Amino acid sequence: MAGSKRRGWGQDLLFWLVVIFIAIYTLFPFYWAVVSSLTPASALFATPVRYFPANPTFEAYMGIFRDPSFRQALLNSAIVALTTVILSLSVGSFGAYALGRLHFRGKTIVMYTILSMTMFPAIAILGSLFTMVRALGIYNTPYALILTYMTFTLPFTVWVLSNFFKSLPLELEQAAYVDGATPFQTFYMILLPLTAPGLVTTGLLAFINAWNEFLYAMTFTIDDRTRTVPVAIAMFSGDQLFEIPWGDIMAAAVVVTIPLVILVLVFQQRLVEGLTAGAVKG
Amino acid sequence: MATQALPTRRPKHGKSQQALREERLAYLFIIPSLLIVIGVAFYPLFNTIYVTFFEARLGSSRAWEYIGLENYSRLLSSEQWWQAVWATVKFTVASVFFELLLGLGIALVVNSKFPGRGLMRTAMLVPWAIPTAISSQMWKWMYHDVFGVLNDLFTRIIPILPAKIAWVANAQTALWALVAVDVWKTTPFMALLLLAGLQLIPGDIYEAASVDGATGWRQFVTITLPMLRPAIVVALIFRTLDSLRVFDLVWIMTSGAFNTETMATFNQRNLIQFQSLGYGSTISVAIFVVIALFVVLYITTIFREQEV
Repeated sequence: MAGSKRRGWGQDLLFWLVVIFIAIYTLFPFYWAVVSSLTPASALFATPVRYFPANPTFEAYMGIFRDPSFRQALLNSAIVALTTVILSLSVGSFGAYALGRLHFRGKTIVMYTILSMTMFPAIAILGSLFTMVRALGIYNTPYALILTYMTFTLPFTVWVLSNFFKSLPLELEQAAYVDGATPFQTFYMILLPLTAPGLVTTGLLAFINAWNEFLYAMTFTIDDRTRTVPVAIAMFSGDQLFEIPWGDIMAAAVVVTIPLVILVLVFQQRLVEGLTAGAVKG
Repeated sequence: MATQALPTRRPKHGKSQQALREERLAYLFIIPSLLIVIGVAFYPLFNTIYVTFFEARLGSSRAWEYIGLENYSRLLSSEQWWQAVWATVKFTVASVFFELLLGLGIALVVNSKFPGRGLMRTAMLVPWAIPTAISSQMWKWMYHDVFGVLNDLFTRIIPILPAKIAWVANAQTALWALVAVDVWKTTPFMALLLLAGLQLIPGDIYEAASVDGATGWRQFVTITLPMLRPAIVVALIFRTLDSLRVFDLVWIMTSGAFNTETMATFNQRNLIQFQSLGYGSTISVAIFVVIALFVVLYITTIFREQEV
């Protein structure tokens, strides 16, 4: 684009140095997590620091997978995030269609209600949610997290999906109505399939949000049976008496990071679209 | 409570059968979402405001005791609260400033064509996608006072420090160490938002400017920046709101020690750890007010500038 033509080799060199610097800056912490997870504990707590693993070992990985509480945490995270996403998408796609395509009185109020919820600080309702979770008898269960995660995934889903619905051409409904389809058939058989890419993007973003959540997960669970991965990793320090098991923590961090990196690699374009659509139009 | 319009049976003049059917379907479709949002977000929000007028304990069956504005006066005279506000504001201003600067730079680089550009964009998404709890642990290890890679890097490989520093365990550096992690984690998001804005600028404007003899820097100041303004404003607002409620990062790296207690960690501590439902909720309301003030500040400055 701008300035990319007629660059001398000096400018080229400078440009590439900047690119390399950005890449190192962005990726070094992961590189370091991987190196630390592969370094034997004895070499990890030694100076000077070694920038490549000396005698790489998978000991830390075997250690965390032998640990039942880590396996449980992975399972809990998966259950909570997947259920939250499925619920948000199935409830939210209807709401999004109504907001994106249909005309009804009170639409503006509903829209602002939903939009205000997408920018809402989670901490503001922590106490009330705690009381609610206790009253419902779901404290320290996955239900507590699924219910409270709806506070941010559902408004987000409705908002982003309604933008996807809006972007479809208007003639679709008119043609369907002319052919005698009811509004419900029009939604279910024509518009919903067309917005499948939007469902994937929104679902992914909601999944990442739920998978990464920390504050509610920490507040509404109390033990290993229901803890999710972020909380489990944050609390890894407890077991050992003298030194925090950094090798194990880094191995766990890498394990949790890999699925996300794969998602990002596969759905890069979609994620960027969804992020910028959600933000720019929001 | 928000009164939501219910479907009426009375047919309105001028509305076709089709339009009525559509409206009925719309209510049917929106009500489940609306009920959930009201139940898990709006109701708790009003409840939070209500309980601030009471002395109430979390997980206690004792009746709430009405105490008027006592919670508010206690909060406003709490030195810890004002310290938390100050730390949060410093954290927010610093991290948003550096994110914008770096994000803009990265967006400009990635916007030009070069081999490996797609890979670069993917790499940029990675810090954003990682749970903050986990990146906080990664950085905590990098900041380690004895075995941390950053201390080794800056005392041995590039010796710019006289001695190793306990980055997150002293009051001089802790907050800035947190800012650095936040900048690393969220700059890619900023860059992607700005990149989307950059790609909306038509290329022929630059060509015309080049023909007229405008240099790269002049093009940047007179074309890129003004046209990027909407994207910058949105990114700034988003990041500021996010940053003002920072919790995970602080909780994991310092637990609020060494002058890093933020509004959100102060709130969680009082509400959950000390179980003060009334006082804790008052802090929640106060955070809400601070965030609202920032929104008003942004909106008024933006509108004023646009009127000129």
